[in-house]
Amino acid sequence: MLLIPCPYCGERTESEFRYGGEAHFRRPENHLEATDEAWADYLFMRKNPKGWHRERWMHIAGCKRWFYVVRHTVTHRISSVYKVGDPLPDLPS
Amino acid sequence: MKRYSFVQLLRNAIGLGDGWQQAWRSPEPKPSYDVVIVGGGGHGLATAYYLAKNHGVRNVAVLEKGWIGGGNTGRNTTVVRSNYLWDESAAIYEHSLKLWEGLTQELNFNVMFSQRNLVMLAHTEHEMIEASRRVHANRLNGIDAEIWSREQTLAFIPILNKSMNIRYPVMGGSAQPRAGIARHDAVAWGFARGADALGVDIIQNCEVIGVRREGSRIVGLDTTRGAIDAKKVAFVAAGHSSVLASLAGFRLPIESHPLQAMVSEPIKPVLDTVVMSGAVHAYVSQSDKGELVMGAGIDAFNSYAQRGSLPILEDLASAMVELFPIVSRLKILRSWGGIVDVCPDASPIIGRTPVDGLFINCGWGTGGFKATPGSGWVLADTIANDRPHALAAPFSMERFASGRLIDEHGAAAVAH
Amino acid sequence: MTQDFRLAKGGRIDREKPLRFLFDGHAYDGFAGDTLASALLANGIHLVARSFKYHRPRGIYGLGVEEPNALVETGIGAAIEPNARATTVELSDGLIANSQNRWPSLRFDLGAVADLASPLLSAGFYYKTFMGPGNAWKLYEWMIRRAAGVGRAPEQPDPDRYEHSFAHCDVLVVGAGPAGLAAALAAGRAGARVMLVDEQVEPGGQLLNTAYTINGRPATDWVADATAELDRMDEVRRLQRTLALGVYDHGYVACVERAVPVPEGRTRWRERMWHVRAKEIVVASGAIERPLIHDGNDRPGTMLASAARAYANRYGVAVGKRAVVFANNDDAYRTALDLADSGIEVAGILDLRHDLTGAMPALAREKGLRVLAGHAVVGTRGRTRLKAVEAAPVDDPSNRQIIECDLLAVSGGWNPALHLYAHAGGKASYDAALAAFVPGSSPERMTVAGSAAGEFALAHCLSGGARAGVEAAKRAGFSATQPALVLEAPEPNADTRVGPLSAPNRGGKRFIDLHNDVTEKDLRLAAQEGYRSVEHAKRYTTMGMGPDQGKTGNILGLNVLSDALGQAVPQVGTTTFRPPYHPVSFGALAGREVHDLFLPTRKTPMDSWHEENGALFEPVGQWRRAKAYPKPGESLHAAAEREVKAARESVGLFDASTLGKIDVRGPGAAQFLDRIYCNTFSTLKPGNARYGLMLGEDGMVKDDGVTARLGPDHFHLTTTTGGAASVYVWLEDWLQTEWLDLEVYLTSVTEQWAVATLSGPKARQVLGPLTDVDLSTAAFPFMAFREGRVANIPARIFRVSFSGDLSYEINVPARHGLALWQALMESGRPHGITPYGTEALHILRAEKGYIVVGHETDGTITPHDLGYGGMVSTKKDFLGRRSLGRAGMTGPDRKHLVGLLSKDPARVLPMGAQILERPTEARPAPMIGHVSSSYMSPTMKRGIAMALIKNGRERLGQTVYLPLLDGPTVAAEIVSPVFYDPENARRDG
Repeated sequence: MLLIPCPYCGERTESEFRYGGEAHFRRPENHLEATDEAWADYLFMRKNPKGWHRERWMHIAGCKRWFYVVRHTVTHRISSVYKVGDPLPDLPS
Repeated sequence: MKRYSFVQLLRNAIGLGDGWQQAWRSPEPKPSYDVVIVGGGGHGLATAYYLAKNHGVRNVAVLEKGWIGGGNTGRNTTVVRSNYLWDESAAIYEHSLKLWEGLTQELNFNVMFSQRNLVMLAHTEHEMIEASRRVHANRLNGIDAEIWSREQTLAFIPILNKSMNIRYPVMGGSAQPRAGIARHDAVAWGFARGADALGVDIIQNCEVIGVRREGSRIVGLDTTRGAIDAKKVAFVAAGHSSVLASLAGFRLPIESHPLQAMVSEPIKPVLDTVVMSGAVHAYVSQSDKGELVMGAGIDAFNSYAQRGSLPILEDLASAMVELFPIVSRLKILRSWGGIVDVCPDASPIIGRTPVDGLFINCGWGTGGFKATPGSGWVLADTIANDRPHALAAPFSMERFASGRLIDEHGAAAVAH
Repeated sequence: MTQDFRLAKGGRIDREKPLRFLFDGHAYDGFAGDTLASALLANGIHLVARSFKYHRPRGIYGLGVEEPNALVETGIGAAIEPNARATTVELSDGLIANSQNRWPSLRFDLGAVADLASPLLSAGFYYKTFMGPGNAWKLYEWMIRRAAGVGRAPEQPDPDRYEHSFAHCDVLVVGAGPAGLAAALAAGRAGARVMLVDEQVEPGGQLLNTAYTINGRPATDWVADATAELDRMDEVRRLQRTLALGVYDHGYVACVERAVPVPEGRTRWRERMWHVRAKEIVVASGAIERPLIHDGNDRPGTMLASAARAYANRYGVAVGKRAVVFANNDDAYRTALDLADSGIEVAGILDLRHDLTGAMPALAREKGLRVLAGHAVVGTRGRTRLKAVEAAPVDDPSNRQIIECDLLAVSGGWNPALHLYAHAGGKASYDAALAAFVPGSSPERMTVAGSAAGEFALAHCLSGGARAGVEAAKRAGFSATQPALVLEAPEPNADTRVGPLSAPNRGGKRFIDLHNDVTEKDLRLAAQEGYRSVEHAKRYTTMGMGPDQGKTGNILGLNVLSDALGQAVPQVGTTTFRPPYHPVSFGALAGREVHDLFLPTRKTPMDSWHEENGALFEPVGQWRRAKAYPKPGESLHAAAEREVKAARESVGLFDASTLGKIDVRGPGAAQFLDRIYCNTFSTLKPGNARYGLMLGEDGMVKDDGVTARLGPDHFHLTTTTGGAASVYVWLEDWLQTEWLDLEVYLTSVTEQWAVATLSGPKARQVLGPLTDVDLSTAAFPFMAFREGRVANIPARIFRVSFSGDLSYEINVPARHGLALWQALMESGRPHGITPYGTEALHILRAEKGYIVVGHETDGTITPHDLGYGGMVSTKKDFLGRRSLGRAGMTGPDRKHLVGLLSKDPARVLPMGAQILERPTEARPAPMIGHVSSSYMSPTMKRGIAMALIKNGRERLGQTVYLPLLDGPTVAAEIVSPVFYDPENARRDG
């Protein structure tokens, strides 16, 4: 049960949130013209790192905002949270 | 390999035996192999076994970063079944189930495959329809499957909650009589012993830290026990597949999540079959030792931690009490977590990768244990012949580009 | 019965409060403050159980949760608890306990024949045999299953209730022994909000079990003072009988509290789970003593040394008349001294170590106790109770002497209880001098203190605990301004190092895991057979997998493996500790989320009406919906038929409140809808509504519904009942993270609107008298939306139809839902208005060929598959568009939605039935599709079905075959899916 610091509401327990998976993967430019492979890459391929992970969460039982979390997938430590549009914080080394 | 038998056991018991030998050796890695399998779980060991047995490829190493069978093989709830919805899935799981039926004799190692039926409960009309669709399809695929009425289901599982005044009364279900459970560790050990006897090197405590390529072709691996050349390599690493893929320079449509399970203290027999419930969300069987073995839900977030969160177990406990009111005063002895590799369509990936000579088998999500022998069989064939085995072909990575997914979410809403 | 083994004085029991209890049908007496174990021992009962595999007689072995032997059944009937540890069961008046897993009796158990066969039943024997002939495993397994198991489950539902509580604190201290009390005091004095949880009935930990002094007074006085001070602090909460089970992420700790037992009758709750979110955790969970490996080390009368002295000191029980202490460390001498002080004869102290230079052996000798250095127990005598031990010098094990005794107190040193530390991700390191794992670096938010940290001396426990409390408070943001805690606890210079863990082997049974009957020989066999990893050896032998989870035996096992493999203990490794620390009931984990509270049932505002009018309900997602309203004696089928007829011929009323509803506003609203629907909404005129299909990015149909334009920048969007939550989250996702160019605001209003759908040719006559809205077709055409009043309630009316007949979907604020419903029923009475449920709804829509997401779609179906390709815009981009262009999305393999008519009109094809091109007995048979919906149509007066069939639209008119389960193969014709009113002639009434 993670403790997630919502950038709008503060620390809340995980059950208040929805997880949205990996953050910042983009649709290909001119996606309607993208190759099937490039499109599949966007749709399905994920980094799934063992380590620091930029991911998306929504505070569904609170402010209902989506935001980003940098979390370690082994220790589950959260190093930072940031809002949509914020500059990307560096991953801890 | 010295065969196991009751006579052997008796001779050793009364001091006439010449002692038991090692079930498998612990050799030093050789500098090069024809095939290196990365991952010493059931699937990897089965792949090595069938490479040696079916294809005569014996210069094979299985590299395991910890101890064999220590990943999902040793962490699952040991359910074996083949009643999947889609033809492609049904074919590979049924192939596997047939191998299970002879596995103890094949390996001369009692894997305790116990065909004690498996009942998927239906609590809503929608679940009854889904069951009907699956059972109709199973029958036409030659798989034993039955639709059960409420009365039949309650009679077969006497400890089920019989009340109609509950959130999800039992409406009926579907059953697969040939399904059951097996002893998970024994599967890894049995394949290891069999593969070892055929010349396969099983190398534990050997982690892959790099992939060596020449152009688009894989030529070897860097490991914590030195460099190893290989003509062909297969990644069979379940939850760690993405990590290996990134060493090889590609990504997978896989996310790794914690999946938990737990067992109760041993009690006298109360449940003689495997029960799965989608709406109430639990699946359970009773082990030969007397423990109730239960699978829980999956944590939503990506994780490699082999531990999940408490609410998932609490939900499982309430589901258990709801389904089987007599368990309330029993006690949970142990819980644990595995890392499951989940594909977008809840189906596995078996076959070639963007790197020549490199094969992969992953994405089994919550359903890998039951596929162990079948998956090893088809991957071995795929590696040996450098083309997908017919049963593996639909599960290639190409399906993600073409859109020809094999979406088992509906049928596997309970998963497992 | 008299308590022959109760000491004349001493102990923390209340001798004024005698309690009577039953064990195996015999009545015994004990005192308030006893555990079942201490009360049994006071009555001279050691034998309480049989072991799991060999059914060997076993006695009470420990003092608390570490107990490997004394598993009993408590309670009767529905209140049975199997596998209760006698050492943790508080004695209460009338308590009923029984031994388990023995037949016919505990003293004479036929299962013990397994013991005779034990050479055959070596580690992993079952992997090597029972392989045939044929399917014989089934028979073997049947026998094994009956022999296995320990306790039995109750046969009735649990009469008790369980609670869940949630708490937040700055510092959670686990364990109220010396270290924990000191930590809680220090943190509490710093002003932190402290929770102190302790599994015992009273605080004190080891201070209750052994005679210590603190600041010159008996340690128990200090415990009382410390407790009183803690209880005076407003921000400190102290929970006794509360066991910390597991540490989860980010300071989340699960604890379970047992209720104080009450004689006769039930407590308000039996167990209560505490979910504690702590900024900092101090683990002061103490240490668990381990035994030694020696021949015959399971004889009843054998007990952990610390337990033996605790029974004397804390419970006033002499666990024997004549004791032998067998140890490898100084601490065990306390047992000898305390037993001697209690008047128990100590026949000797056998110490595996040769050089006894410490203060404790000297003290024992000073007191006249017989200390035998370099000696070991090499055998024991007695069957169901120890009669004597065979003692011998370690270096000359055949030189035996018999020492008569009825108690063997053993100590192999202590294992810090590192379970919680391990749960939090701590990596322990092996301390060879202690032969124990001790904490390495601390995980986030956690400090380990006292003997849990391997600091066994009392003074260290106190100072370490106080330090941990100060530090934890500081990290939680509190500074300790109070003077530091100064505690003096002089004790003889106790050496905490240990000697060997094993006595010379004389070929007897040497148990490592008492409960699972795992012996040293088993472990050596595992090592010999290549099960070299400790995890392999554990799984092969089942060591540490019994109810005590290896609390007493694992370190011994590791040392055996280390010896067998010629590797140091740290190389052999340790097994992982996983929650729970101690078994926890299903009931406690489930808490109140059972029975009525298993899952919240969502009810519409009209639910009470449905219930009063005999509705048959069905669960749909979290909701319950009326499936039909059968009259007395009427079947569901007949009711649905009647309801369909009414909705076709006169008028029906349906509660559609569960539909998902999202209010969409903002200047970007129209453009937003264009992006999320595959069809266009920007062209929709205010006052009109349109059916929309949403696709996932994978091009598959995700959800559908009607969306109305209320104003230029304002839409009312509806979703399926089941899809409401996920669609909302998904829409917010696109808006908030991808389409920052759009100014749109979404509000989920599912529960704000009650919806009644009036359907049928007489719908206008029913609604007309109640509303100010002009209902004429010209003024209010199909797919239009109007605002007005209905039954004097402000309402939004949508002229949409899911039956094909004239329909009005009337939305009112939820609080008026019931009033609206009643008004419509009243107004409809002259027209024979009939409420209809979901069963009739499904038939009505199937007659008209309308899809239901989840029936006609399953996540693999595109709009083209449904025949809705015409809706898919080619002029704009929308979610999923790119995916529709992939190779697999077109071609003859795609399944199309079609109608299916059985050749026999009376037959209703089963939903889910699979479809073949031609009949065949071959398996696998190539399937071309399946029946997605199927009903007996009262309107068409025949069975109708919808099906998804490969290339189905190209096969209209073809005959296909459906092999039914255990029935005939049925022929059916592929037709258009629209059975009723294909010309749409009836929708205007």
